[in-house]
Amino acid sequence: MSAVAAPPSLAFAPVLEKRFGGKVAVETRPAADVPTIAVDRSAWRDVALFLRDDPSTKYDLFLDLASVDTSRLPATQAPRDGNRFQAHVILYSTSRNAHLRVRLGLPEADPSVASVTDVWPAANWFEREAWDLMGLRFDGHPNLQRLLTHNGFVGHALRKDYEAGQRWLCTEEDLLQTQLAAKADVPEDLFETMTLNMGPSHNATHGTLRVVVRLDGERIVAAEGECGYLHRCFEKMAETHTWVQVVPYTDRLNYCSPTLNGFGYARAVEQLVGVAAPPRAQAVRTILSEFNRIMDHMVCIGTNLVDLGGLTPFWYAYQSREEIYGLLEACCGARLTSSYARIGGLSNDVPANFVEWSRSLFPKIEQNIADVDRLVTKNRIAQDRMRGTGVVSREMAIAHGFTGPCGRASGLAYDVRKDAPYEFYGEVDFDVPVSNDGDNYARYLVRMEEMRQSLRIIDQVLKKLPGGPVNTDDYRVTLPPKQMVYNEMEGLIYHFKLVFEGAKTPPGEIYSSVEGANGELGFTLVSDGSGFPYRVKVRPPCFPLFAAFEKIAVGGLVADAIATLGMLNVIAGELDR
Amino acid sequence: MAQKPLDLPAAGASPLPVAGRVQPPLGPGQPSSFGFDVLTTKLDWLVQWAQKNSLWPMPFGTACCAIEFMSSVSSHYDLSRFGAEVVRFSPRQADLMIVAGTVTDKQAPILRKIYDQMPEPKWVISMGVCACTGGFYRAYHVVQGIDEIVPVDVYVAGCPPTPENLIHGFMMLQRMIQSGELARHKESKTFVPIRVGPEPADALPAYSQSPMAHVPGEHDLPEMGESAEADARAERGRP
Repeated sequence: MSAVAAPPSLAFAPVLEKRFGGKVAVETRPAADVPTIAVDRSAWRDVALFLRDDPSTKYDLFLDLASVDTSRLPATQAPRDGNRFQAHVILYSTSRNAHLRVRLGLPEADPSVASVTDVWPAANWFEREAWDLMGLRFDGHPNLQRLLTHNGFVGHALRKDYEAGQRWLCTEEDLLQTQLAAKADVPEDLFETMTLNMGPSHNATHGTLRVVVRLDGERIVAAEGECGYLHRCFEKMAETHTWVQVVPYTDRLNYCSPTLNGFGYARAVEQLVGVAAPPRAQAVRTILSEFNRIMDHMVCIGTNLVDLGGLTPFWYAYQSREEIYGLLEACCGARLTSSYARIGGLSNDVPANFVEWSRSLFPKIEQNIADVDRLVTKNRIAQDRMRGTGVVSREMAIAHGFTGPCGRASGLAYDVRKDAPYEFYGEVDFDVPVSNDGDNYARYLVRMEEMRQSLRIIDQVLKKLPGGPVNTDDYRVTLPPKQMVYNEMEGLIYHFKLVFEGAKTPPGEIYSSVEGANGELGFTLVSDGSGFPYRVKVRPPCFPLFAAFEKIAVGGLVADAIATLGMLNVIAGELDR
Repeated sequence: MAQKPLDLPAAGASPLPVAGRVQPPLGPGQPSSFGFDVLTTKLDWLVQWAQKNSLWPMPFGTACCAIEFMSSVSSHYDLSRFGAEVVRFSPRQADLMIVAGTVTDKQAPILRKIYDQMPEPKWVISMGVCACTGGFYRAYHVVQGIDEIVPVDVYVAGCPPTPENLIHGFMMLQRMIQSGELARHKESKTFVPIRVGPEPADALPAYSQSPMAHVPGEHDLPEMGESAEADARAERGRP
């Protein structure tokens, strides 16, 4: 990895450094990582406003906030300012197509920094999460409560001195303390409105989400979302496993499109190590990513229509999944949680009839898409339920950190596959559907069109599917072939080291993102040079979507909120990790 | 366990007893007030046969397993072939809870509450390793097996289990219903200690002393001891 001093997207850096004196410093990062500036925490709010508003910066999309506890890092890597905690804010500029990482150092005695929820509303839940899991305080945050864990929880789970298996008892009293219960005491509301609880076990929430709404008749006057009911401690578990062992956990993030997550993670680790998967593996990843995207969109559309009262399209939509499951099973032996990705390639090569098999799925999937299209797109009831409900404007989408199909349905034409092509996406021709309506119907149409485009991508990649191995020959990360292990000393050593110690990554950190089924799926990885990840932070695409739900739902009817929740496609495994 | 053949009274046998003679509690495999007489057993058998073939599942789907549950009820695998046609999302309309997915500590009180809302008789299938044991989430926020919270009849392994495996578990449950062996008549699992206070000494058996702990209530059938169970089996002519 070659280091570059000042990447072109940081052309504004001299202005920033001049304006904020010694409080801002540009860091030297490897070319694969995003450009980084370190900001003194006292200047964070002013710098944030500058980054968002200045024409030379325009970082309008708040993507992620990763908190890191540096207390167990080796001395060579320890931060020079001596602060125990760090917050990595990942920003994106929609107009300049550039990422930026802002590094904030927070001391152990007082790990607090100004909140930027009013600068980027998307920061709201990310800051709550950082408080919950790492104990960072954000001054001026409107509601700095626990988010993922329950109220009976003691301590901050992602700190390095927290034992991974330490559980705390949660009683029913710990659950019922929502903000809306407090809002219920607003005097003028007392006789007019009622509070309605939906979830976390509710047929319209698709998993374990909880929404509390305040109703005036059937109209929602206030809403509050709560998550964490499926907080399975992915990030803590990743720290107790080797880099490769994390792959099965990634399958369970967005379990509607499981293979895609593993590919995103493997790509991030490859960038950290500085290896690349061979072209054949890249092509297979592209193909299976697109098949997964179809699977995900099919479930999203199908289950949402079930909520709207139409069970029939679901059976048609689900049939595509069964077809794709067959292909996945032939590739890696598992239907759903495939664990197909490996660092530097895939677990094994695809079957010999992969191309023909994939092609044989085309007519079936096209038929299923056409069936759903015919049943739904011009259906009067579906249009009545989806048109004009759950409207999100482009400004609101950007402010709340929307990406993916929901962002594109609101006019935010950002697609990682197009704007920062990876794998084979740079070499294929496909369109990114964008709508300006921003309502549920637009989200439905965008998803339908994306499935057709996915088929287009698969078709092109299948035409030029390269031969060769599916694993890199860099034996620091991938197992050498058995022939080499049995006959050569080096092969045996590589094999032994990999099996017993796991793949080692050089010390450092990286932010890498792919286009998940719901939007930008980012991984912040921090390595201390050992075989275990030091910190893994996922940027879950539907986390900001669900955080914005409480804004979107207000003013609509309860029934519209159901349609909106389904079309945002909030997947609890990815939301809560 | 071999399924007992349909054993209806032969023609000319003594007529069924009048309704007034059969006294509650009358549940699957339970003796009536005058012990295991032949006719009562057959009524039980009929009731159990009806129950096993008309299970109404309530999917407590939390995670990936819920997707495979969807596959199981979809066109391809079609769980309704086994009588579980009507999937209900309200616990009050269901008698089989399929816990599909990881249950976290935050979700645990809700699981217990929903279980309590289901009418008797009720059964629980624990689908997937997360629900059975916590799976590979040995973590600070994950319940290490839902039998900490509710009695489980059938554990289905897999991460997630294939639809075939779930259907296998479902058929096992049907056999258990027919034989009358149910988990909530047995002793529950030894509870895993978890901490309730900041001191390491403040360890409690998880959920056993909280308000949602499962205590034998009035709806529970009386527990059968080992010898009484063996006697009952002998009387029914089974090994």
